Amino acid sequence: MLHYIGKRLLQLIPVLLGMTFIVFLIIRAIPGDPAQVILGQQATKEAKAALRASLGLDNPWYIQYVNYLGDLLTGDLGESMRTKATVSSELWPYLAATFELALFAMILAVIIGVNAGIVSAWFQNSWFDYFAMILALIGVSMPIFWLGLMGQWVFGIQMDLLPTSGREDARNPVDPITYMYVVDTIIHGRFDQLWDVLKHLILPAIALATIPMAIIARMTRSSMLEVMRSDYVRTARAKGQNMFWVVYKHALKNAIIPVLTVIGLQMGLLLGGAILTETIFSWPGIGRYIYDAIGYRDYPVIQSGILVIAFVFVMINLIVDILYSFIDPRIKYD
Amino acid sequence: MRKKRWLALGLMLLLVLSTALAACSSDEKDDVKGDDKGGGEKKEKTLVFGRGGDSVSLDPIATTEGETYKVTENLYEKLINFGEQDTTLNPGLAKSWEAAEDGLSYTFDLQEGVKFHDGTDFNADAVVKNFERWMNGDAEKFPYFKSVFGGFKDDKSLVIKSVKADGDLKVVITLKQPQAPFLKNLAMSPFAIASPTAFEKFGDKFGDNPVGTGPFKFVSWKRNDSITIEKNPNYWREGLPKLDKVVFRSIPDNSTRLNDLLSGAIDLADGISPSDAASIESNANLQLLKRPSMNIGYLGLTVTRPPFDNVKVRQAMNYAVDKQAIVDAFFEGQAEVAKNQMPPVIGGYNEDVKGYEYDPEKAKALLKEAGYDGKEIELWAMPVPRPYMPDGKKIAEAIQKNLADVGMKSKIVSYEWGVYLDKAEKGEADAFLLGWTGDNGDADNFLYALLDEDSIGSNNYTYYKNSKTHKLLIEAQTEVDEEKRNEIYKKVQEIFNEEAPWVPLAHSTPLLASKSDVINLLPHPTGSDRLENVDFK
Repeated sequence: MLHYIGKRLLQLIPVLLGMTFIVFLIIRAIPGDPAQVILGQQATKEAKAALRASLGLDNPWYIQYVNYLGDLLTGDLGESMRTKATVSSELWPYLAATFELALFAMILAVIIGVNAGIVSAWFQNSWFDYFAMILALIGVSMPIFWLGLMGQWVFGIQMDLLPTSGREDARNPVDPITYMYVVDTIIHGRFDQLWDVLKHLILPAIALATIPMAIIARMTRSSMLEVMRSDYVRTARAKGQNMFWVVYKHALKNAIIPVLTVIGLQMGLLLGGAILTETIFSWPGIGRYIYDAIGYRDYPVIQSGILVIAFVFVMINLIVDILYSFIDPRIKYD
Repeated sequence: MRKKRWLALGLMLLLVLSTALAACSSDEKDDVKGDDKGGGEKKEKTLVFGRGGDSVSLDPIATTEGETYKVTENLYEKLINFGEQDTTLNPGLAKSWEAAEDGLSYTFDLQEGVKFHDGTDFNADAVVKNFERWMNGDAEKFPYFKSVFGGFKDDKSLVIKSVKADGDLKVVITLKQPQAPFLKNLAMSPFAIASPTAFEKFGDKFGDNPVGTGPFKFVSWKRNDSITIEKNPNYWREGLPKLDKVVFRSIPDNSTRLNDLLSGAIDLADGISPSDAASIESNANLQLLKRPSMNIGYLGLTVTRPPFDNVKVRQAMNYAVDKQAIVDAFFEGQAEVAKNQMPPVIGGYNEDVKGYEYDPEKAKALLKEAGYDGKEIELWAMPVPRPYMPDGKKIAEAIQKNLADVGMKSKIVSYEWGVYLDKAEKGEADAFLLGWTGDNGDADNFLYALLDEDSIGSNNYTYYKNSKTHKLLIEAQTEVDEEKRNEIYKKVQEIFNEEAPWVPLAHSTPLLASKSDVINLLPHPTGSDRLENVDFK
C-alpha cells in the first residue's frame, strides 16, 4: 500500500508540472496588461513600461517560466502583483474558508444524496422514486445564483432565521487561528459564536450542495439498481433477511464504489469551482480570490492558486482510491 | 461484516476530517477561556458598511483603487480637506496656507497638538518625511504620485522642488513650475499623512499596519471579507468620532448587498443599482442616499478609424443618440443628460455650449453630406456595471436602435473587462462605451486626462488630437488665476463640442442606501466618505 501511495505521489510531479505550463501559457495568451490594471487608468506609458520591467514581464515567456519554476522549487509561490503580499501567506485563509464550506456542503450532499438514491432504488418506480429523481433533475439544472438569492430572501429576510451572507456576524467577529471558523470558535470556547458561524454555513452549503447532491443521488440509484438485481441480493432476500439490512449492508457495499468516485471528483470541483456561491454569499474563499486575480491579470496568484487547487484535487482522488480497498477487499494495491 | 463496513465509513470520515485538521498547527486542547462573551458593553455603536470590493492596501499612496480610500480616508488625514460634499478646499492637518504670488511656493501652518495613533507627534518634520518617502519611491510603489506630481526625485518632470520644515509647525513647499490644481491634488486621498515612525518600522508591510492621525484606528483585516476600525479616543477634533467601530464588509454581489441591508446584517450599502432605488424609497426602514455626481458616461468615437475620421459622421452620431431616453430607461432618472466632457460641479464647466439635441433627421442629413457608405460599425458594450454606466449591454442596444434609425448598421461586441480596456486603449474599437469618475474635482482631470494628445495610450481612447486644445490645456495647467483658467477650459469645451470625439451621455448620481436610523452621512463626490460625524439616531 505504501509503495502504491509513493508511486502515486511520484506521478503527481509530471501532472502538476504539465499543469503549471498550461496555466502559464493560457494566462499570458489572454490580452490585458497587469501593469495597466495595477497602475490604474491614470497611468502614463513610461510608468507602465517601468512596472513591467520591475515585474519581469518584459522578459520572453520561457525565461519567465523558468524563473517561476525555480521559485516553485524553493517553495516560493510568488508574490501578488496587486497586493504585494506573498501568495503563500495570502492563500491559507481563503483555502480554509472554501474548505470549511465545501466540507459542509459535501457532508450534506452525501447524507441526503446517498440515502435518496438508495431509497429510490429500493422502491423503484414508486412515487418517492419519481419525486426524488425529478427533484434531482431540478437540482442539477438549478442556477446557483437564483437559488442563493431566493434562500437569502426567504430564510434571511422573510423568516429572519438565517444570516443572508458572510461567514460571521460582523458585529461579533471571530478571532481567526486556523481560519476554519468552526474550529476556531471551538478552540476559543466561544459557543455563541460557533452557533453563529454554523448558521452562516447553512445557506451557502445548501446552495453549493445542490448539484453534487443530485449527481450523487442519481449515481447511487443507478448503481444500486444494478446491484439489487444480482443473485446474492436475491439469495439474501430469499433467506428472509430483513430488507433494510439487505439494502444497506449487502447491496450498498458493492454499489458504493462508483458513488465514491463521484464524491471524490465533486469534492475537488467544490474546492475550485465555488466562485458563484462564494460571490453570492460574500464568502472570502479561494475561488473568488483566483477569479479576482484573473480580472487583475495577477499572474502569480492565478498560477499558484490553480496549482494548489490542482494539488488538493489530486490528493482527494488519491484518498478515494485508497478508500476503495477498505470497502472492497478485492481491490488491492500491490 | 457489519462492523467492517462501519469501520470503513468511519475511516473515510476520519481521513476527510484529518486533512481538514492537518493544517491546524495549534493543538486543540479544551482551553476554554473566561466569560468574555461580549456581554457588558452592549451599547457599543458599530456601523457595518457593505461595499462591492475589498481594499488593496491600507497605505493610500500605494494604490489607485477607490475601495482603499473608502477606509483610509477615515484612518488618515491630509493637509487639506475637500468640503463636505464638494471639492472646495478646507483646513485639514494644515490650519491655513498661503500661496506665493507666482504660484511657485506654498506655506502651510499646521494644527497643533495632533498625534498619530502610535503616539508619534504630528509636526512639520512628519510632513517633510512623508513627502520624502513619496519622492524617493517609484511608479510601482506609489503610482498616483507620478501621475499627479509628474515624477520622482530624479525625474525632471517632478513639479515639486523642495519640501522644508520652517520651525515645528510650518512647512514650505516650493515648485519648479506653477501647478494650478496643486492644492486640490494635496486634498486627494492618496496624499494622506502617515506616521513616519510606523512606515519606517514596517516598510513594505505598512499597508497592513496603517497608522495615521484620523478619527478611527485600525483594528483588523480579514482579506476579501472585512476591515474593522475603531474610535481614536485621542482624536484632536473634540467630540468626534461619534461611532465606536466601523466594519467595512466586501459584498461583491449587488443583490446580496441589498438583501444584507434588508436583513439588518449591514447598516449601509453603496453601489445600489438605480433599478432598486424605488423599492428602497418605499421601505420605511431604509433611506436612499445620493452621492453628488462627479462623473461622465460617454460613447467614444475612435477618430483614427473610418467612418469616425470624418467630423460630420461624429456630429451625426451626437444627433442620432437619444440621451434623454437612455437616462430615463437605464439610469431610472438618477442621472442628468451630459453635453460637455465633464460634470457641471467642476469649475470651468461651460454652461453655454449648445450640445446636440436628439434629431435623427439632422443626423441623416449629416451622414449623407459626409458620404457615409453604410458600412457596419462595431459598437462596444462595457461588460461591467459602473456608476456612470449601470448596464453597458442594454445601453448599447438602445444606441444600436438609434443608429439603425438614421441608417447606420452596428454590431454590438463585448470583451472581458481587462481585454476591453486593453483593446480600446490600442484604438481597436470603432465606437465604445466608457466613463470616468473625477479624482480631485479639477477640469484638468477630465479634459486633459481624457481627450488630450498626451493621454493617447492611457485614457484618450479616441486617439483624438488637436494642436489648439493641446496648447490651451497645457497653458491651463500652469495658470494660477482661477478665472483665466476657467475661461481656457470653457474654450476647450466649445472646441470639443464642435469636433465631437464623443457622444457625452450622462452624469449619473451614484446611490447608497442605509437603515433609516443612520444619520449625518454625507456621501462625497470622490467616492470616499468621511464617517466621523456619522451616528445612529
